Amino acid sequence: MLRLSRGARIGLGTIVTVVLVFMYVPLLLVVLNSFNAARIASWPIRDFSLEWWGKAFASEPIRAALLNSVLVGLGATAVALVLGTLVAFALQRHSFFGKQSVSLLIVLPIALPGVVTGVALNNTYNQLLEPIGIQVGYFGMIIAHATFCIVMVFNNVFARLRRLSPNVEEASRDLGATPWQTFRLVTFPQFRSAFIAGGILAFALSFDEVVVTIFTAPAGVDTLPLWMMNQMARPNEASTVNVVATIVILFSLLPVWASQRLGREIGDRN
Amino acid sequence: MKRRTQLAGLLALPMFWLVGIYIFSLIMLLATAFWTTDPFTSKVKPGFTLRNFEQLIVNPAYLSTAVRTLLIALAVTALCMLISVPLGIFMAKIAKPWLRGLLAVAITLPLWAGYLVKILAMRVTFTDEGFFNWALGPFGITGPSFSVTTVILTLTYLWLPYMAIPVYTAIRQLPANLFDASADLGAGAWRTIRTIVLPLIKPAIIAGSIFTFSLSLGDYIAAKFVGGSTQMIGSIIASNINLNPPVAAAFAVVPIAFVVVYLLSVQRTGALERM
Repeated sequence: MLRLSRGARIGLGTIVTVVLVFMYVPLLLVVLNSFNAARIASWPIRDFSLEWWGKAFASEPIRAALLNSVLVGLGATAVALVLGTLVAFALQRHSFFGKQSVSLLIVLPIALPGVVTGVALNNTYNQLLEPIGIQVGYFGMIIAHATFCIVMVFNNVFARLRRLSPNVEEASRDLGATPWQTFRLVTFPQFRSAFIAGGILAFALSFDEVVVTIFTAPAGVDTLPLWMMNQMARPNEASTVNVVATIVILFSLLPVWASQRLGREIGDRN
Repeated sequence: MKRRTQLAGLLALPMFWLVGIYIFSLIMLLATAFWTTDPFTSKVKPGFTLRNFEQLIVNPAYLSTAVRTLLIALAVTALCMLISVPLGIFMAKIAKPWLRGLLAVAITLPLWAGYLVKILAMRVTFTDEGFFNWALGPFGITGPSFSVTTVILTLTYLWLPYMAIPVYTAIRQLPANLFDASADLGAGAWRTIRTIVLPLIKPAIIAGSIFTFSLSLGDYIAAKFVGGSTQMIGSIIASNINLNPPVAAAFAVVPIAFVVVYLLSVQRTGALERM
């Protein structure tokens, strides 16, 4: 074990405490401010009120933005699930020239800054496709989000496939199953939880994305992060944005909980 | 032969998507950087000019923004390292198992709390009448308000888990007998950390730094909301994309170039293969 003096232990403990305070106090402030009666976020809070929660739940723009976020997230996740799984199978089951380049290509959309991805697609949509009469409209966002979500599905499915034994599939084929039967009844169940985990991560990534969305959303369409950003940009940001942020914080616990559960399910099985 | 058709079938759709849409768009963006804009109609005209790149160097505001962005990204990366190493050592080697599990969840949780939510949280904390000044004001400390310092703190807040998690995992995997051997040979804790721990976790630090560096480099929303008048590369790309796409495109090459140079300079360490 690492032998540290009492002073060093206390020093390290202090650093950890400061980091945790730095991580959680700001989030707590947002949650508390959602109950602040004042119009502008301020500290200390003088009067508590549920006014902003009521306003947020009654707000038509928030509902529309939430719906857009969910639709875009589901669309992007569906595309990412198909493409990510296909690439995972290609890279896991085959060796070919340019394999390295393909795996780099999948990571690239999240390795490059979002502003570059956003501006590049915006340029294609507006300067190349629009002049020849193609309006991507709403699908522009889905195409953009799907592009950087592929890696999430790929990573999960690829890691799982690496641990699967090919014997089971061989047995299935020997017993006369068609390739589709083998995939549906033997292969898929074995990587299903990784597939679902990848899908959840892809959805969460899409739901949270701001910068790429700014450049690819059609005029007048807000996703939830875009709505939040527009609220924050106003000089007197109304406190409803704190309510939405609080709900996002609560919902962010879901993927963590789900991935923990999926992880445990796998742990139990082995 | 059958395997080749199978492979082609697997790769056709994903490659159509990634190359046909994404890489094609990146190349077209790069091409646009050499094009010109008609000053009257602000329509883009194909051609070949280096004027847009010239602007990056000649225009002092653009040049200083590029340098400022680079320095911010480096500062965020350094700060993330300075936090992650002691945090990782405490979690992996000092904390009791129950505390370790709790801390591991605690540093992962904020990763999902939402990008804008965290920027809003920092805004609420550091605004002039905010929590920071209220809590530390009595000690005579005034907060950084909305400035470059707050941008650095906010970006650190956003990207810390990308560094802290790999560093913690790497420290946990170090065999305990290395520490015993080091102590038996008379090295103090500080010397053990410097000569044993740091060299062994270097690949993890580098892997984490790729994220903290490139994510900070491309960000401009933090600068917009907690930076006061601070401008970053992304701010200039965003403000030019509609009026003058070629200048925006030329500026988009800057973060790509920085990231590529960074990747090449860390490639020699072998950290990329372990990501």
